Amino acid sequence: MEGWIALYIFMLAAFTGIEVIRRVPAILHTPLMSGSNFIHGIVVVGGMVVLGMADTTAEIVVGFIAVFLGAGNAVGGYVVTDRMLEMFKSSDKTKDKG
Amino acid sequence: MIPGAEFIVPAAYFAAAILFIYGLKGMSSPVTARQGMIWAGVAMLLAVVVTFIHPKVEGNYGLMLIALISASGLAWWWARIVAMTDMPQMIALYNGMGGGSAAAIAGVELLKLHSGQAEMVPTTLLVASFGAIIGSIAFSGSLIAFAKLQGWMRKTWRFPSQQMVNLIVFGITILLGVIIFFAGPNPFLLVLFFGFALAAGVLITIPIGGADMPVIISLYNALTGLAVGFKGYVLEIPALMIAGIVVGAAGTMLTQLMAKAMNRTLGNVLFAGFGKADEDAGGSETTGEMRSIDATDAAIQMAYAEKVIIVPGYGLAVAQAQHKIWEMTELLQSRGVKVSFAIHPVAGRMPGHMNVLLAEAGVDYEMIHDLEDINAQFPSTDVALVIGANDVVNPAARKDPSSPIFGMPILDVDKAKNCIVIKRGQGTGFSGIENLLFFEDNNRMLYGDAQKVAQQLIAGIKSLG
Repeated sequence: MEGWIALYIFMLAAFTGIEVIRRVPAILHTPLMSGSNFIHGIVVVGGMVVLGMADTTAEIVVGFIAVFLGAGNAVGGYVVTDRMLEMFKSSDKTKDKG
Repeated sequence: MIPGAEFIVPAAYFAAAILFIYGLKGMSSPVTARQGMIWAGVAMLLAVVVTFIHPKVEGNYGLMLIALISASGLAWWWARIVAMTDMPQMIALYNGMGGGSAAAIAGVELLKLHSGQAEMVPTTLLVASFGAIIGSIAFSGSLIAFAKLQGWMRKTWRFPSQQMVNLIVFGITILLGVIIFFAGPNPFLLVLFFGFALAAGVLITIPIGGADMPVIISLYNALTGLAVGFKGYVLEIPALMIAGIVVGAAGTMLTQLMAKAMNRTLGNVLFAGFGKADEDAGGSETTGEMRSIDATDAAIQMAYAEKVIIVPGYGLAVAQAQHKIWEMTELLQSRGVKVSFAIHPVAGRMPGHMNVLLAEAGVDYEMIHDLEDINAQFPSTDVALVIGANDVVNPAARKDPSSPIFGMPILDVDKAKNCIVIKRGQGTGFSGIENLLFFEDNNRMLYGDAQKVAQQLIAGIKSLG
């Protein structure tokens, strides 16, 4: 990938990340950390690509580990976040604050 | 190759990137958070499914499916069965897996480079190696954090000139990275390189304990994001770059917010640690003695109070006492007592940890207050009830300049007319610092498991009619 374009993507994504979190109330810090933990589970896609390209035994083993760990990150991260957010659902009073 | 894959795959990744940011944005309010997560989940599913037709993927589909299904099943099952109180370590565990995945991707890339099947321009090699180091540190560090919070590895472990050793290990890792950069990777070098990077993560994490734990987990979360972003660059998948960097930046901000809530800098958390002060802290002069109270007396004191502030901490989470405490609160309210909850930014093991638990029990948001809002109210409060919180109510933070937590903002429960601390035993908190509050004249200790004590308090209040 063209280096400068990558740098631009890097910069814009960093600002997006900062903006997204800026106005988050303290009560959502743990769910948010958990949610962002889920989102970097997208690394599983990278794992799949390298496993798909792997030829030697060593490459296949390490690639398998990459997919396994990445999938664990994504699914575990999702379920943990979902369970946390489930708790906010029950009380309707949440609507006036937020 | 499936026709059109060259368009479908990037288009799906693009849609996934949009949905991830939209989902994360939704998490800034409790109302939209759940919906946001569902969209992010859809994005993940979409990205994984189209990757099967990714132009670079040429085989190993069966292995891919086995890895995906077995890991998903295990992670889903474990995340479902753990108690709500154990969520912090689950975040650490799953985060570690993400870091490990990023490191493993780097491993494959470097192996490919060694066997001459792949070519890398110097920038790509540099980014790949950086991603490998960061991912490995996040992996081993998170796993240590998980083991500690899970109780498999309780003590913070320190040895002489630890910082020096850490620095040397980290230095060797970088040096190996530089050798790989110039001389090219070979399997032996790679094993050494990853070994040292993993050791660095372990060494950084073992001396950290107490209230610093959430900060370090948040930091590793940000690091994993960064490592994933770097892998996105190496593999030329912009969606990975965007998702990774957004998480990296948001995680860094969150880490800063958490460190600030404890009046410490990140460098301080990482390198100074509660560590050294721990042993000295035990010696800080504790005048007076701890006085205990039984549940019946405590119940009477609260039932006839005008204003009660409840300060929950990790002990409440461990004992799963949130439902009982809410039941007690409702009883007190029906007697006309004004009850509020005061939550320290780092109460429990994560910021917002207590809020989540209280929300689970059904506590009204209006009753929950931040440190800044409520501290002025303690002098006019009849009873401050501390449930399993320790360091966050230790007046040593205000009074004792030699204390390792000096300067950390605390909840001023010692200023209330009466203070009751529910605690399992006489020991010090997770950080190992003696709590001056326990020796104050207006403080009484109520020993026992928070849930059982809450039950006794409820019975006590009820018996008053």
